[in-house]
Amino acid sequence: MEANIAIPSDSKQTWNGGGNKPFGASYGKMMMWFFILSDAITFTGFLAAYGLTRFKFIDSWPIADEVFTHFPGLHGVHAPMYYVALMTFILIISSVTMVLAVDAGHQKKQNKVAWYLFATIIFGIIFVGSQAWEWKNFISGSYGAVKTTDGKVLQFVKDGHQIALSDFVVGGRTDGRVQHTRLNGLWFEEEGTISNYSIAQIKAAYKSNTDVQIRSELIDPATKQKVILSRAEGFAQLTKTDFVVEGANLQANEYGNTIFANLFFFITGFHGFHVFSGIIINIIIFFNVVLGIYERRGHYEMVEKVGLYWHFVDLVWVFVFTFFYLV
Amino acid sequence: MAHAHESNKKRIWIVLILLTLITTVEVAFGIIKPASLHLTSFLGTSPLNWIFIILTLVKAYYIAWAFMHLEGETKWLRRSVVWTAVFLISYLVTLLLIEGGYLHSTLAPLVRW
Repeated sequence: MEANIAIPSDSKQTWNGGGNKPFGASYGKMMMWFFILSDAITFTGFLAAYGLTRFKFIDSWPIADEVFTHFPGLHGVHAPMYYVALMTFILIISSVTMVLAVDAGHQKKQNKVAWYLFATIIFGIIFVGSQAWEWKNFISGSYGAVKTTDGKVLQFVKDGHQIALSDFVVGGRTDGRVQHTRLNGLWFEEEGTISNYSIAQIKAAYKSNTDVQIRSELIDPATKQKVILSRAEGFAQLTKTDFVVEGANLQANEYGNTIFANLFFFITGFHGFHVFSGIIINIIIFFNVVLGIYERRGHYEMVEKVGLYWHFVDLVWVFVFTFFYLV
Repeated sequence: MAHAHESNKKRIWIVLILLTLITTVEVAFGIIKPASLHLTSFLGTSPLNWIFIILTLVKAYYIAWAFMHLEGETKWLRRSVVWTAVFLISYLVTLLLIEGGYLHSTLAPLVRW
């Protein structure tokens, strides 16, 4: 058997491949590359599933510009893309500080490696925080919509611009319905947050506000905009509605297809988890650098290896950014 | 790794500027969405989408080659990673997108708007 083993294991250094350097790279670095390769295929699976679903619903997919419109501090301002662009930039900067840390490691400048790694960790935390904010906006929603019995989401517009339910429905919920919790109903049952308005209220408000129109999910191929229904068509659709959607969860969302929100949560969540674990790994390596472990070892290759992972996370984001927000 | 102890700082900053520029161009296009690029069709999708995809691949190239330092690795380490990824990813994406188009052509006629 021993004759078949390419790497002599006599020295018992199996973790680092016994000091052999296939392709001129250390065992650890090569394995990091192959891990990244397999992880890239996983992300491809997610993004290709997104592509498949989008092609399946190509005539009614939500338009990203109308979904992601928030920017911190700018309330009510329509700011598509700016925030994700900023997030992309933050991640690119963190990649640069990481590569500067690797560069300083090659020159064995312990202090510089530590400071650059520290900056990378900070930018990483800012990115994850931004993503959390993005999720918060996505989950709480800003306009609200109604859903028909056959699963179509109807949004409300005035002069061609989307308006919130609270912009044309007056007052609070009038049907006296309260949220069923374990304290006020059956103790073994409870329900999620109930909507701010009842369907009947929204129908009445639609009838009395003649300038409010309904926008369907359908995309007009000529203009690539959502089709706005006439008042009569809108009312016909509205009679088929059975519940109000505010924000997004895994069962329904106010933006359109349910699976749009599901894919958003899975893909950006999976990426965010990668960023999070990257931050944890960077923190561990940061302390190792500060404690002088790599200085004693004589090289900073570990910084290079975690750097590869960190750049990979940035690389994935570049694709998520394109396929979720731009295309 | 003969040049392992040299500093590549200049290259790093140039790549940063390039990536920033490309992202800015992408975002500008994404916000303006010129009708001539957005509402026309070229090879199955709009020219605007092709611009986004190509710019993304350019960014991916610079991140992998400069930041992940693929340009400094041996030819066959680079190839074992890049060729494998490119082959598997294009294979999976092609199959799934064709399948998505098929699902649409089969199911969309059944939906009443």
